[in-house]
Amino acid sequence: MNSVESVCVAGLVAIVQIGAVLVGGPLLLGVMRKVRSRLEGRRGAPIHQPLLDLRKLITKQRLRPFEASWVFGFGPVILVATVAAVAAISPLATTRPPLGQSSDFFAIIFVLLLGSVFLALGALDTGTPFGGMGSSRAMTVGALAEPALLVAILAMSIPAHTSNLPALVRIGLAHPVVIASPARLLALGSFLVVILAESGRLPVDNPSTHLELTMIHEAMVLEYAGPDLGLTMLGESMRLVLLLGLLVNLLVPWGVADRPGALAFVIGLVALVGKVLLAGVAIAVFEVFSAKLRLFRLPELLAGGFILAVLGAVTAVVSR
Amino acid sequence: MTESLTRTELLLIERPSRAVVDVGADELVEAAALLLSSGFRLALVAGHDDDDATLRIVYLFVGGPPDQRFELHVRISRLEPRIASLAHLSFPAGRFERELRDLFGIEPVGHPQPRPLVLHQHWPAAWHPMRKDAETQPPMNPDAKPYPFVAVEGPGIYEIPVGPVHAGVIEPGHFRFWVVGETIVKMKARLWFTHKGVERLFEGRDLESALHLSERISGDSAVGHSLAFCMAVEEALGIAVAPRTAELRAILLELERLYNHVADVGALCNDAGFGLANAHALTLRERLLRLNEQVTGHRLARGGVQYGGAVLRSLPTLNDLREIGQRFHEIVNLARSNTIVMDRFTGTGVLSATQAREIGVLGVAARASGLARDARYSHPFVQSPDTFMMACADAGDVLARFQVRCDEVDASLDMLADYVSRTGALSVVSFEHTGESTHHGTGIVEGWRGAVVHRVEFDAAATLSRVKIVDPSFLTWPALAVALADTIVPDFPLVNKSFNLSYAGNDL
Repeated sequence: MNSVESVCVAGLVAIVQIGAVLVGGPLLLGVMRKVRSRLEGRRGAPIHQPLLDLRKLITKQRLRPFEASWVFGFGPVILVATVAAVAAISPLATTRPPLGQSSDFFAIIFVLLLGSVFLALGALDTGTPFGGMGSSRAMTVGALAEPALLVAILAMSIPAHTSNLPALVRIGLAHPVVIASPARLLALGSFLVVILAESGRLPVDNPSTHLELTMIHEAMVLEYAGPDLGLTMLGESMRLVLLLGLLVNLLVPWGVADRPGALAFVIGLVALVGKVLLAGVAIAVFEVFSAKLRLFRLPELLAGGFILAVLGAVTAVVSR
Repeated sequence: MTESLTRTELLLIERPSRAVVDVGADELVEAAALLLSSGFRLALVAGHDDDDATLRIVYLFVGGPPDQRFELHVRISRLEPRIASLAHLSFPAGRFERELRDLFGIEPVGHPQPRPLVLHQHWPAAWHPMRKDAETQPPMNPDAKPYPFVAVEGPGIYEIPVGPVHAGVIEPGHFRFWVVGETIVKMKARLWFTHKGVERLFEGRDLESALHLSERISGDSAVGHSLAFCMAVEEALGIAVAPRTAELRAILLELERLYNHVADVGALCNDAGFGLANAHALTLRERLLRLNEQVTGHRLARGGVQYGGAVLRSLPTLNDLREIGQRFHEIVNLARSNTIVMDRFTGTGVLSATQAREIGVLGVAARASGLARDARYSHPFVQSPDTFMMACADAGDVLARFQVRCDEVDASLDMLADYVSRTGALSVVSFEHTGESTHHGTGIVEGWRGAVVHRVEFDAAATLSRVKIVDPSFLTWPALAVALADTIVPDFPLVNKSFNLSYAGNDL
């Protein structure tokens, strides 16, 4: 395989992975809403409703607060761009994504964080109380969730001697015992808590509320309208799919393409869709029977996630 | 001691069911203090623009059981519209006086908060819409200053303005929060964005359309308001209703309580992020609305209450009631078994019994704070079943208000089962003029939010000359701000929903 060919293949893989996350995000949201509706005894909107919403929002007029600066418009773009960039180099359908050697777990988490930070800045930029309130809450949740995530990654990296994501997935594939190790399981439990918190799902935030005073994430993006709002929604749903994709590949890597070849890649993609769908449905089912925690109880939940991560790291060190 | 004070004292000994005492402006405070200290509640204060020389103010004090309603009438000169304030005796009196000040231009002397209540700043200051000579469309004051909020200042305190336009489909109200971190230091509610002049709309209206209007004062309290209005008119015209009528009306009143309480229980769960319980509660509410339609022909049970009677098409069956009870218990158990929901409810938005008593809170909120206030008990119009127990709780938090609603649904179902099993006609309308027409009357009904009070007056030509409406929300709204102290901002919607006060009933 010459170098031109390999670059083309890498580009194709990146495009397909980005496309999967791009379309998968809104669709997963639709599936989760549908599951909730059905379990609550309602009929619910069609699964592709978020895509229709997106089309509606994108075609609307761009409307921005009078005194908002460039930061405001930058937020949604950065969010979508960072998620797309990470989606390209992450081991989603294959363990050999383009630029796989730079796909470091620590690095991509911080790249993803860039989107959140810009959204928070954009919310502050409008000068409205809700923007300030929302970003303050989101940053509080973030500040509590990030340490847990970092320690969780550490716990997974110690036995593998690497924090390279594709390598972590490959090790799981080659030595399933590693996945069953307490270090990996505890760390992934912690990772799940962080995913719920960061993507504004119950019990941390209620994605379906209209009560502006209780919102965390929604309060932050309250001033966005039209295409900006569409991008924000798209970016958020893409991030959920991406994080779930990483979670399932670290937990059940089977199916992911470990060798070059179109067939393996397609199988990997189908497996990814199936696994993420299952994870999304599981979260939706959990949400039906859950409720929103009191804001001041959130530290307890996230501290729980942190403890899991620390335990994971300790077992990883001890069992070396 | 003056004559009118002696008469007030005599009332407290004789305890008649109805009494009117004309008191001089200088004796009002003493007479009111006497009644308030004897356990009476100031239920209503109504201004009257009688003639070119005088304004009259009616203070309605109620107590019971047995049902007692005493009125103090004070006449003051139109040229010097002042009245001694009762605000230092009773908080509700202070609210009524501020309303009187706006609508009639009567100055309460010695009032601690001599500020507008009903009319917003852009209304002209000298315009008092309930005066007979008031223009219907006065020139607005374009230079009005913004509402002078008493700002809380200090390090780290910030303001959150919410409304009057909200994210959900609800009525307009502006809430201003002063917050440290997430803890509410102070909340101020600005209402009366939908002041419609309902009381004035009643004046001179024929009785038929007046009844229709009363059903539309607050959409979710069609029965409560129309029944209170109807009973006030009947008392004024000396119409006695048949006992069967009272049972039919009680059926309508409890049906209204049911659908609203069920919706509230679901909405409370929804505000805690527990949509599952709300979805089921909404299904049950829909079933109750359809039951209303079967019973009265209208989903909100309009048209059932008539002068001199009640017109029903059918009665709920015992089987219906049993099934509704079962479904409701399933929903309540679902909510109770969710620890997060219970954690959100417990200890949130506490209103103590002392605070509730001083503010003059009514209905569900009062009973949840341990005050045994229920017009079905103190001002009954129907023989309640022997098993009737007032649902009460002590804690005064969101959970207590949730619990009181759950218990009241059970109590209402029991009452309905009792009423529908008594035999009698489906509709009764009879005008039996027993008493003499007194030209004025009061109606007190325990609507689902609390005691709804109407007072009507007819002039010599037997047309409606004045209708005064007091929705329980008017007296209970100030309690929301008090209950919010030290609550966190994200819990506000939950606390607000647990009170679930009416904007329409308050704004009138």
